[in-house]
Amino acid sequence: MTAPSLNVTGLHFAYPDGSAALNGVDLRLEPGERAALLGPNGAGKTTLVLHLNGILHGGAGTVEVGGVRVYPADRAGLAEIRRRVGIVFQDPDDQLFMPTVAEDVAFGPANLGIRGDELRARVDEALAAVDMTAHRDQVPHHLSFGQRRRVAVATVLAMRPDILVLDEPSSNLDPASRRELAQILRSLPVTVLMVTHDLPYALELCPRSVILDTGRVVADGRTIDLLADADLLAAHRLELPFGFDPAFAAQRLARVTGPAGEAVVG
Amino acid sequence: MAGGHAHPLHLARDSAVHRLPAEVKIVAVLLFTVVVVITPRAEFAAFAGYAALLAAVAAAARVPLPWLAKRATIELPFVLLAVALPFAGHGERVTWLGMSLSVDGLYGAWNIFAKGTLGVVASLLLAATTTMRDLILGLDRLRCPRVFTQIATFMLRYMDILADDARRMRIARLSRGYDPRFLWQVKAFAVSVGALFLRAFERGERVYLAMVARGYTGRLPRPEGADASATQWAASALLPAAAAGIAVAAVLR
Repeated sequence: MTAPSLNVTGLHFAYPDGSAALNGVDLRLEPGERAALLGPNGAGKTTLVLHLNGILHGGAGTVEVGGVRVYPADRAGLAEIRRRVGIVFQDPDDQLFMPTVAEDVAFGPANLGIRGDELRARVDEALAAVDMTAHRDQVPHHLSFGQRRRVAVATVLAMRPDILVLDEPSSNLDPASRRELAQILRSLPVTVLMVTHDLPYALELCPRSVILDTGRVVADGRTIDLLADADLLAAHRLELPFGFDPAFAAQRLARVTGPAGEAVVG
Repeated sequence: MAGGHAHPLHLARDSAVHRLPAEVKIVAVLLFTVVVVITPRAEFAAFAGYAALLAAVAAAARVPLPWLAKRATIELPFVLLAVALPFAGHGERVTWLGMSLSVDGLYGAWNIFAKGTLGVVASLLLAATTTMRDLILGLDRLRCPRVFTQIATFMLRYMDILADDARRMRIARLSRGYDPRFLWQVKAFAVSVGALFLRAFERGERVYLAMVARGYTGRLPRPEGADASATQWAASALLPAAAAGIAVAAVLR
């Protein structure tokens, strides 16, 4: 059996002011799996994400990526971890800092020591994957928000990550951009961990969901089952949009993409 | 070149001057300015020659003279001082239109005005024919310390975002009936400048996190691109070489 894509065990973390953010998180993702990380504001979702590539560390517990343990002190090892775990941050303006789209996409692979033709090939491939090739020489500021979010995904794809971690990928997107992003994410052959409050989006993209609250995993199962459990959602400040029926949506989805809720293990 | 960093001083045209690499143009403007500055102030013919050279460059770059003239007004606040010199100067004086003017002061004013204008017009020509992004890349290839070019790169990217933030905050203030007319009403503005600073600071932290997540270790990758060819260096050397020729001829005459 292959090593899990991500294996988090007993992860604790407290911020310097003493407030505990993670209280023993266990999370295991198989290669190719798409899972949603749900939870109210302040549940520790972002803190957990920043542990996955070793930006935050120092508490008890371990994080393993593709069978390799994250050691924050090991700089060379950390560079490899940061290649494997690609994080797409919530605000694309935080992620896109170079003057042109192509330069920004090249930033990650260049940090990995890739140069010349190989670098150009990576940039082309990543931009093609998010359908932004035509905008490669544009200024990020002149793109629409949805386009910037897609470029942000490309900046991470160019590093050929094993796990794609997205922080609130659907926030501030109009419905068309939201659907386009969903199509792109579904087409990618990587493990996806999607942090979101957008429960319909989680149902649409992720067969599996994990609910995080007060720094620990409180539920882990098929997205459709979790969303159908009204008491569970209410207990953790999660709410479906008005009028949204998860069972009906899952049926519709099954017709489009195959049976929903079935773990896609590749 | 692509990039689309439209700044108000840039004039997107296709010309031989636009196509020259930024670094050769920067060096040419720098040398030209040095020649202008060291020319003795009484060599009026030399200054006329410099102006003719710049006019030739403007024609080659297809930059209209009125466009240049309008933007050259940026130097006005700086040459205002020069206006005072003929009145305040010492030594020999001449009377003109009933005003007693110092000859030394007149020369001083001419010196500031002529050299200032030539320098400003040369810089404007550089700005008109080079995008901001290319200017930074050019400085980088000229071995300008990377800290400076990196700061300029970040500024280029985040200036617009900051301006947008400020604009949105201003609209939000106005929408809530804020209409400052007197100095003591400026408090809300001052507070929002503080808020803008905090937002910029926090964004800096987030940008850094996002960079670290993509493997940043304190060094930006060096931008790729071919170095300027000898022909391009020679072409751009025409301006400072011709200026030096004029200067030498004027001084030796």
